[in-house]
Amino acid sequence: MRNRAETSDLTQVDFDFVRTLVKQHSSISLDDSKGYLISSRLLPIARGGGFGSVAALIAHLRSRPHGKVHTEVLEAVATTETSFFRDFHPYEALRDQVIPDLIRKRRESTRMLSIWSGACSSGQEPYSVAMVLRQVIPDIDTWTIQLLASDFSGAMIERARKGVFKQLEVNRGLPAHLLVRYFDQHGVSWWLKDEVKRMVTFFQQNLDREWTRIPQVDLVFLRNVLIYFDVETRRRILRKVRRHLRPDGFLVMGAAETTLSLDDSFRRVQFGRAAFYQPGEGSGQ
Amino acid sequence: MTKKALVIDDSRAMRTILSGILGGLGYEVQGAEDGGRALDILNAGELFDLALVDWNMPQMTGYDFVCEVRKEPRFADLRLVMVTTETEISRMSEALEAGADEYIMKPFNKEMLLEKLMLLGVEADRG
Repeated sequence: MRNRAETSDLTQVDFDFVRTLVKQHSSISLDDSKGYLISSRLLPIARGGGFGSVAALIAHLRSRPHGKVHTEVLEAVATTETSFFRDFHPYEALRDQVIPDLIRKRRESTRMLSIWSGACSSGQEPYSVAMVLRQVIPDIDTWTIQLLASDFSGAMIERARKGVFKQLEVNRGLPAHLLVRYFDQHGVSWWLKDEVKRMVTFFQQNLDREWTRIPQVDLVFLRNVLIYFDVETRRRILRKVRRHLRPDGFLVMGAAETTLSLDDSFRRVQFGRAAFYQPGEGSGQ
Repeated sequence: MTKKALVIDDSRAMRTILSGILGGLGYEVQGAEDGGRALDILNAGELFDLALVDWNMPQMTGYDFVCEVRKEPRFADLRLVMVTTETEISRMSEALEAGADEYIMKPFNKEMLLEKLMLLGVEADRG
């Protein structure tokens, strides 16, 4: 029994309760090593809500029907790590190859691009895509650009919609010429300009529920998110991605992620140092 | 061939930190305590691939250094990254217009610097 020690100051019973709650509502799988993570993320809620301790907070969760505190806990457990142009190579591929190719194909037909960022956190990912689009498509105002961004967390969506970032956030990964071009500085805050902000439509979406707001799209970003789900959930989500991706569209995953051994109907396509995934034969079934 | 970098900052501690990070990327690093000294090093003929440049330094500022370097076609391939406490957007615009390739605001951490360098094609797994 090594897991008890790893659950930090949580009892196994409390840890199991949180684990079940999280699995039921957000489909995220927490293994026994995540006790410390749960404690550290729940502590601010316990303190802020006047519960005194994480144990008392969990006792509250047990004794009440699902409500605001439960939601707060679920959102706190979800990892929100993100940055502008994270890992850069996928954005380089978008800028140099993928978007120019799509534009060429769609120019004489729909003149429309649809892109969905499925775990957008505080918005850096869809806003990075928006900036790339503005850079690459000179006549962007004559195109219909549908740039959708969703996240499990309502609090994150609210933050993302504001388009206001700290110096620490714009100092990470964002090319300086884009910072100067697309942001206004207000003291230590950096406000995204309307021309970029208004391109993105944000909404809350649990990836393991119905995707009622997701149309057919050219690009799906699911970066560093499937890792938090168990294998069956990952497969289920990838099947849905295939149904929503156009045949010549791409799935973009995290730098260390792959569809391999999860869903072999995706075809890996290399663009420089970035790998994208295209729905192959038999997709949409 | 070993890549070469200049670290230009009047703070010895900052030069040490930045040199350590670039050393880890496989760079041979030379330090300079202001823009004038850095120009002397460049003018001595040695070719460098990258310079990390502070803004406020005693003899010649980093901004003036960037302006001087960009006047010389023979230094066209030198990537210039401002690493500075100047956080005003107007300063950033000036530096970019003068020819800086990237700009990172202090305080920063190693990860942030590596991310900025990645934008210039400089990566940790190169050597």
